[in-house]
Amino acid sequence: MSGLGAVAEPSGWRLGNRSSEVFLPEEPRAAAPAGFLQELPSYQSALRRRAAGGGTQERRAAPQGSAGLRAAEAGGPEQEGGELPARPAREYPLTIAEKRRLRDCQQADIKHLSGWKQWKRTSSKSLKKVLSEVKELSSYLKLWRHDIHSIEGKFGTGIQSYFSFLRFLVLLNFIIFIVMFSFVTLPSIISKYGIFNSSFAKIPPKNIEPHCTVYKPNGNKGLVYFYTYLKDLLSGTGFLEVTSLFYGYYTIDAAWFSVLRYNLPLAYLLATFAYLALSLLWIIIRSVEGFKQNLVHDEDQFQSYCNKVFAGWDFCITDPNAAQLKHRSLQYELQTDLEEERLKRKIADRTMKEKLRIYSLRIFINIIVIAVLSGCFYSIYRATVFSQENSSDVGNTNFQANLLVQYLPSIVITLANFIAPQIFSILIGFEDYSPAFEIRLTLMRCVFVRLANIGVLLFSLWSHISYCATDKCKACGYNYELYPCWESEVGQEMYKLMIFDFIIILGVTLFVDFPRKLLVTHCSCKPIQWCGLQEFGISDNVLEIIYGQTICWIGTFFSPLLPAIATVKYFIIFYIKKISLIHTRKPAAKPIRASSSNFFFLVVLLIGLVLAFIPLGISIAHIPSSKACGPFRSFNTSWAVVPDTINGLPTGLQQVLYGIASEAFAVPFFMVICLVMFYFVALAGAHKRVVEQLREQLVLESRDKLFLIRKITEAQSHP
Amino acid sequence: MGGSGSVLPRAELSEYQELTFLSKQEILLAYKRFSELLPKEERRDARTARVPKGRILTLPELRANPFQHRICRVFSTSDSGDDSMSFEDFLDMLSVFSDSATSDVKSHYAFRIFDFDDDGTLDRKDLEKLVNCLTGQGEESRLSNAEMEQLIQNILEESDIDKDGTINLSEFQHVVSRSPDFVSSFKIVL
Repeated sequence: MSGLGAVAEPSGWRLGNRSSEVFLPEEPRAAAPAGFLQELPSYQSALRRRAAGGGTQERRAAPQGSAGLRAAEAGGPEQEGGELPARPAREYPLTIAEKRRLRDCQQADIKHLSGWKQWKRTSSKSLKKVLSEVKELSSYLKLWRHDIHSIEGKFGTGIQSYFSFLRFLVLLNFIIFIVMFSFVTLPSIISKYGIFNSSFAKIPPKNIEPHCTVYKPNGNKGLVYFYTYLKDLLSGTGFLEVTSLFYGYYTIDAAWFSVLRYNLPLAYLLATFAYLALSLLWIIIRSVEGFKQNLVHDEDQFQSYCNKVFAGWDFCITDPNAAQLKHRSLQYELQTDLEEERLKRKIADRTMKEKLRIYSLRIFINIIVIAVLSGCFYSIYRATVFSQENSSDVGNTNFQANLLVQYLPSIVITLANFIAPQIFSILIGFEDYSPAFEIRLTLMRCVFVRLANIGVLLFSLWSHISYCATDKCKACGYNYELYPCWESEVGQEMYKLMIFDFIIILGVTLFVDFPRKLLVTHCSCKPIQWCGLQEFGISDNVLEIIYGQTICWIGTFFSPLLPAIATVKYFIIFYIKKISLIHTRKPAAKPIRASSSNFFFLVVLLIGLVLAFIPLGISIAHIPSSKACGPFRSFNTSWAVVPDTINGLPTGLQQVLYGIASEAFAVPFFMVICLVMFYFVALAGAHKRVVEQLREQLVLESRDKLFLIRKITEAQSHP
Repeated sequence: MGGSGSVLPRAELSEYQELTFLSKQEILLAYKRFSELLPKEERRDARTARVPKGRILTLPELRANPFQHRICRVFSTSDSGDDSMSFEDFLDMLSVFSDSATSDVKSHYAFRIFDFDDDGTLDRKDLEKLVNCLTGQGEESRLSNAEMEQLIQNILEESDIDKDGTINLSEFQHVVSRSPDFVSSFKIVL
């Protein structure tokens, strides 16, 4: 019995059997006497295993506590036969020399196995090798690997997550472009130019009034002023309108490649669904990857103290200045959180009168927020209506004024997206929420403003398009005079929004950030120095690009080449933002964590995608497709091509498909899904209860152990 | 890759690939950077030489790191206790900090790094030193005593399952496995 060491009598302990109480020692307990712990069965078995696998050149300072022994235990090779699949040597936390020995042991073990198992082991090993080689090669293909790595080293993982997100969007847009191009644009171009013995069929629509089918886009009109081309480039009219950029080009009902018939309308619709489904799937897969450790407890995992302390330091920071900044931001974050906790306790102590006052204030401020939002929406609506009415005024030859009128909705939206968040961040100060909740609520409000603005624009466009006063108009279903090819019009609006968004980002960087940097570095007067450089606001930047991406998703149906423009746009924006970050911005004082920001980006992107479903759904299924252009001329709505195709399928398949869509299938299916969900919820609840019970058991075991040690110590010291 | 003696033989390369989580390119890059830390005469035997701690800490990846001393202490297999690192120790370190290392291995070594007094558990003193490392050296960057108490209390509440006032390896691994930031922040890439 070696020396028992100084055991501080834990006098403040109450020993009872009620498991519901939490017993915390009232004075800091000294480390339990090492002597007894060395005789515990768990320690002995760990020692035995260690002796079998270990050897010379061990890591120094083998920890005495039971924890370190459990660690060594993990380092021992599997002793019980070669049946259990041993982990590869590199997954053990040992030095290379020890791992070498372990691996030799494992290989010696393999020789004792049967031939079948030997083959299995070696084949799985070589498979893993091949997979790792492939993974290594594919990592070289990653776009901007070096740039993002250097940003991470200088600015930390929070800002790096923004650039990774940007890279993800570039890839997503590129894939969407490939999908639309190969299934829609390529066949159209091939058949229109008659390559590979192809041709196209343009069937005039039956049962349609002739006035609905008149569409004369003014393409190249011969000799025009030069600036007309510029205007057309910026607003998608004129020569651009007749290109494959817009919906109106695809006025093909079927394409023939030798003898194969290619149903272009169906392909167009299915490609749209495909890219939406692909985006949804990819985003969900990415968000699940980042969210793998799932919650068993109800705690807010992102804000937990353990996460902040144990995973707080970015080990990839190489720049001493960035390290200094990180220290400060960590200090700030920890202090803020502690203060917030104290605040929460204070909030819980609020009186009824205080609560009433705060809630009525909050309701009032929410009314103001709604008023601000309605103001934005109304101004966008008016601007869109004004723009639509005045831009179709052909007599207006003033280039700049015409361009201004064309871009009016974009300008109003950008102004609203800029002003509304400022108002929200001022208002939130009055609502007396905890700082973390403040940030989240402001963010949600800004997200809503940005995405709803697009919705309002589209809604005002549609109300204009579907406005029908005369009978002739009602026969077509849409305003055929102003919008003979309304899908192209909508496509043009989306195109303008995208171009303007890009111009604004470029303009702000060139004309606001760089002059500001020049001013701050060269002019030393007080107000300018107090203003200082702007921070790299991650949330603002992310909302900006998500706004652009939502436009792309909505607009791709009306303008199939829009994803290509989006790809190029985000590609250029990466470099703009990188240069702006390095030269003109100071990093944010308030930290933003990589994991929660990744999750936040993907959630907002998902919201954008879901919001994009709504306008697309309405356009495809509800609004009659234009009869003068596009692949859906002979159908009532764009969606009508699907029932049409199903009717052309063999009867058996038809019945199956109708059966799936009928109520006789849907209701039982829904009920089964509800039952499955209920089962999983019950299972999760049961698991939670078991975990709680096991925790309590652990607490009791530990206290029992220390109680027994104390008793034995007492018994020994009074022989 | 430099002079005649500073190339890794192929057998060694594939063995290191098998025993660590590093890819071939990463091992070669590590070898190059390690040789650069040695004085010229010793570069031929880079695989057996030991680099003193001071030289290791001049690496940009480590010089800004508040845990630099603990990292050297944990990964060094030097018998003389001077925290010098051989090439294999260096590879071990990079392997644990690489992208493809398992969360298990990372959390094991993170525990060793945070265990400042090497007693196998994280007690209050360890946690206090850890927080001070995070917030920076210097009087004005430390938390006040009350704040430190509150913080340590919160940490223990979240992670100490058996309520003995210290965090052992299993508890640490458990709480880190639920931490979404750990894998992305516990990373060093040359």
